[in-house]
Amino acid sequence: MIKSRFCRYCGIKVTGDETSCPKCHQPLPDISVSDSAKKAGQIFIFGLLSILLSAIPFAGIVFAGIAIYQSNRNDLAKNQSKAKTGRILALIGMPLSIIATVFVILTLSVGNIAVWAANTWTGFIYWLEGIPADFENNFITDNRYTYIFKGLGITFEVTIFAALLGIALGIVVALIRSSYATLKEEMHGGFGKGLLKFLNAVAGIYLTVIRGTPVVVQLMITYFVIFASSNNKVLVAVLAFGINSGAYVAEIIRSGIESIDKGQFEAGRSLGFGYVRTMAFIIIPQAFKAVLPALANEFIVLIKETSVSGYIGLQELTKGGDIIRSRTYSAFLPLIAVAAIYLVIVMIFSKLVSLLERRLKNSER
Amino acid sequence: MNADNHVIISVNDLKKHYNGGEIKALDGVTTDIRKGEVVVVIGPSGSGKSTFLRSLNLLERPTGGTITFEGQDITDPSTDINLLRQNMGMVFQHFNLFPHLTILRNMTIAPMKLHGLPKEVAEKKALDLLWRVGLQDRAMAYPSQLSGGQKQRIAIVRALAMDPEVMLFDEPTSALDPEMVGEVLDVMKDLAKAGMTMVCVTHEMGFAREVGTRVIFMDQGRIIEENTPEEIFTNPQNERLQSFLKKVL
Ligand SMILES: Nc1ncnc2c1ncn2[C@@H]1O[C@H](COP(=O)(O)OP(=O)(O)O)[C@@H](O)[C@H]1O
Ligand SMILES: [Mg+2]
Repeated sequence: MIKSRFCRYCGIKVTGDETSCPKCHQPLPDISVSDSAKKAGQIFIFGLLSILLSAIPFAGIVFAGIAIYQSNRNDLAKNQSKAKTGRILALIGMPLSIIATVFVILTLSVGNIAVWAANTWTGFIYWLEGIPADFENNFITDNRYTYIFKGLGITFEVTIFAALLGIALGIVVALIRSSYATLKEEMHGGFGKGLLKFLNAVAGIYLTVIRGTPVVVQLMITYFVIFASSNNKVLVAVLAFGINSGAYVAEIIRSGIESIDKGQFEAGRSLGFGYVRTMAFIIIPQAFKAVLPALANEFIVLIKETSVSGYIGLQELTKGGDIIRSRTYSAFLPLIAVAAIYLVIVMIFSKLVSLLERRLKNSER
Repeated sequence: MNADNHVIISVNDLKKHYNGGEIKALDGVTTDIRKGEVVVVIGPSGSGKSTFLRSLNLLERPTGGTITFEGQDITDPSTDINLLRQNMGMVFQHFNLFPHLTILRNMTIAPMKLHGLPKEVAEKKALDLLWRVGLQDRAMAYPSQLSGGQKQRIAIVRALAMDPEVMLFDEPTSALDPEMVGEVLDVMKDLAKAGMTMVCVTHEMGFAREVGTRVIFMDQGRIIEENTPEEIFTNPQNERLQSFLKKVL
């Protein structure tokens, strides 16, 4: 049977084995029309089921969810009338079954819904009315908001310098480990090889110890044991988190280097580049691109990890919120504020990274 | 034809053993490569052709024997391998263009960093080479935008941009769709006619016949027979060569 497909970019129909559209040369989807008709049928059935079964807790939600997900995902099936009907049914079935589910669960757990709802509502309004006073008490009185802002500054300071230290350490350790793996056959003994072997062993111990113990323990050891005489908490935190992060960055970068095709290395070497220049011009730029998402993730982990700095009494963001809580005996607002700040930072950073990634990708098109 | 041209590469009893001699990828190879020669290496898969070729620029380290390049023993640990490789261009089966660089940058990075050419000069040279292979309008493209045949032509001129004395080809057309083989072989033929010294591992017997000055037949890590293409194809002596030719022709 001939399988027809439709180009997603210019919409023309293609019957044949082409992998790209003959008109606009974009890649063709590999799903056949008959497959999409089957999908459309499924979407219709699931949409119908979501309405019919909406009275059963969760069942209607699940079926509606499947129908909507499938119709969003499948471009070809989406435009068939069966799928459109199924989608509309699911969009009606979804709220219907959510209401039904909530109703059933509440009836089961609180008995009389009307009484429960009235009580809850009164409680909610009471709580809501208290918020302005609560806000004033937590953030305005005694300028308590400064705990948050100063804390945020310290969180940034620690994270940024720890990240820089981590990346520097990570690159060095990754290069030691991967150059030892590559060069141990090429080198002819002597001082250079002995040194590299020693450094490789040190790097191995570093990775094992750092990745095998909790960061908060490393932080406390750094503060209470190694720098017992120093009271520069920011510096201690930068060192502890930087050294910790370096171990993870090293493994990320090493995996990136190893993910680059061996032919790239050989091509660089065959042109006459030495090991170092081949790494610098050919391998590292490609590896960096490959591991950028993982590095960004490590940064996000790092910024959140600095929240344990309270263990050494460093007043960063989390500790700041906690101090407010301990003064006001009101946990909700300060902790939610702290959480929201972390969330916003992480979201902004993720967005920046995805923009950067897209730019890097475009440079290869 | 090239009998009085001087020997560029001299290979003597070259050995490459793996697993302590259990696998003998090269088992005593001896031959000379003279200036202007186009040596075509043929033989069944696993016979050691790639290992031989890659030993010439020390991408593989021989476990025995010697290779001299322009009179210098390059198997000696004190040899400057990087300098040696600047004089030997290599073309791989899978092109190995640098995907993060434009075509122009692929071709100028080595001459600029290793030969110290100024950017404009390196680029002028690269563009001239691109004209030679008809790809001048792709200078600012990235490798992923090219067809296989175009990639391999770029890989050849990238190596040529270093002005090597010898060009090594390891099955340059084996990864190509059939319709693109011709365009790559044409570039190689032009190169041969221009007098480049070439060592080519290839299954393209037509190429061997047309431009080869000598054909080396390898099997099980040894050179079994070497002669002019004429003799190899019309009057093969060894029976392993005879049965190999029967299969590929
Ligand atoms: N790294 C290696 N370890 C063990 N054996 C190898 C290695 N590389 C190549 N060989 C063996 O050496 C022989 C010659 O390989 P190769 O030179 O690639 O052959 P050809 O290019 O003629 O197909 C083959 O038997 C192959 O299995
Ligand atoms: Mg081979």
